[in-house]
Amino acid sequence: MSRRWTRWLAPVVLLLVLLAIWEIVARGLHVPDFILPAPSQIAVSFVEHFAELAWHGGVTLLEMALGLSIGTLGGIALAIAVFYSSLLDKALYPLIIGSQMIPVFAIAPILIVWMGYGLWPKVTVAALISFFPLVVNVSDGLREPSEGAVDLFRSMGATRMQIFRKLRWPACLPTLFSGLRVSTTLAVVGATIGEWVGAHQGLGYLMLQSNARLRMSLVFAAIVMLSLLGLLLFGAIRIIERRVVHWRPATSHSRGG
Amino acid sequence: MSVDSFRVEGVSKTFATSAAAIRVLDGVSFSVNAATWTTLVGPSGCGKTTLLKIIAGLDTPDAGHVAIDSGIKSWATAYLPQDDTLLPWRTALQNAVLASEIDRRPPADAQREAVELFEHFGLSGFESSYPHQLSGGMRQRLALIRAFLAHRNILLLDEPLGALDPLTRATLQDWLIGVWSALKKTVLLVTHDTEEALLLSDRVLVLTERPARVQLDQAVDLARPRDRSSQALASRKSELLGLLMAGKEGP
Repeated sequence: MSRRWTRWLAPVVLLLVLLAIWEIVARGLHVPDFILPAPSQIAVSFVEHFAELAWHGGVTLLEMALGLSIGTLGGIALAIAVFYSSLLDKALYPLIIGSQMIPVFAIAPILIVWMGYGLWPKVTVAALISFFPLVVNVSDGLREPSEGAVDLFRSMGATRMQIFRKLRWPACLPTLFSGLRVSTTLAVVGATIGEWVGAHQGLGYLMLQSNARLRMSLVFAAIVMLSLLGLLLFGAIRIIERRVVHWRPATSHSRGG
Repeated sequence: MSVDSFRVEGVSKTFATSAAAIRVLDGVSFSVNAATWTTLVGPSGCGKTTLLKIIAGLDTPDAGHVAIDSGIKSWATAYLPQDDTLLPWRTALQNAVLASEIDRRPPADAQREAVELFEHFGLSGFESSYPHQLSGGMRQRLALIRAFLAHRNILLLDEPLGALDPLTRATLQDWLIGVWSALKKTVLLVTHDTEEALLLSDRVLVLTERPARVQLDQAVDLARPRDRSSQALASRKSELLGLLMAGKEGP
């Protein structure tokens, strides 16, 4: 079997096997559906409530996308600032690391008080949680070029701006995208937390409402929708990555390295 | 094409580490004539690369100076660093024209020139290949094209063939001499290979162990084209090796 097929088929087969086991356990042990619905019940609920799921999903997707964009731009800007200013590096870097020790769960309620129940507290939580991997990865990426490469540019009379644009920035892109992939999964978490804390729309809101009413198959259907949207965002980032970092010799998702 | 000569006068350099101050260069003086090939040999770690960087204007000496005919250092020399510095995100052609982009010269002119040199350097057909798709020898030739296209009169080459296997190395040495006699630039090469030095250069400078001083400054009066298996070259080589060994203290 070719590698391409195994790559797609293997996880699908594994998922089907796990779902089959779940189905058998849920039905065989007669677990009530308000405790653990069987996958088939979740699927029925997903289809029945698709319009509702799509509407709330759209809201959540917008929050994730906005939060990720703001977090990404902020993370890149901060990393560049810290790279070029040793004063900022000394002053800011420890604070950035320290800020990551504060759980976003603790900040989300405060943001609701400040910004209300609308879109922005969710976007802010998603941005706050997704900027950190970018700061770290872009900082590392900008240091990627060897001393020889920097010397080469300087010997050609390159300005600092030219060294950034033609050497450090392109060299940093592969690590930037590794960070962005981590940030994408975090943005999903951030948007959902934001909605849990206080919202009147979005998948997180739908989950809480359904949970309170013991409509467990809809909770699971919302989780399925959430992961599909997360995958969609992740896939979009991968497509952009492949276009931007097309020069990379080996596929970055190969084993071992 | 105009060429430049330059003089290195009493250049000294000390690096301060947390543990100690390491004196690397101790009053190095020599001059290099226009359109000649000069080679620096010396024990490893003796400061050859530091010296090259000072001549390229990338580092400043503590004492002494480098005087170049045309005046401004950074506009006179093209420096080829020791490690592999081809940019992996650029095609071979884009790598070759890097200096012209930095000088903001018209890209069309630079590309036309580069295509010509690709032919001359045996890289035709690889213009749009990425560095990782090229062999070690081809990558090195590409790095040399890039140095040539910087349009500087003095080429500073830091062990450009050091990482290659012996066969590729020998082929490139022969080829380098051909290219150099056609383009007539002033070349300063750093190497630890005495045979390479004798095969390529008009003059060989031998540096001592750290702190480096010029131990020997000798013209290579062997007729070109030179034969690496000739008796004359072999005897020069053993003389040179003897000198390098004598400079080392202890076993």
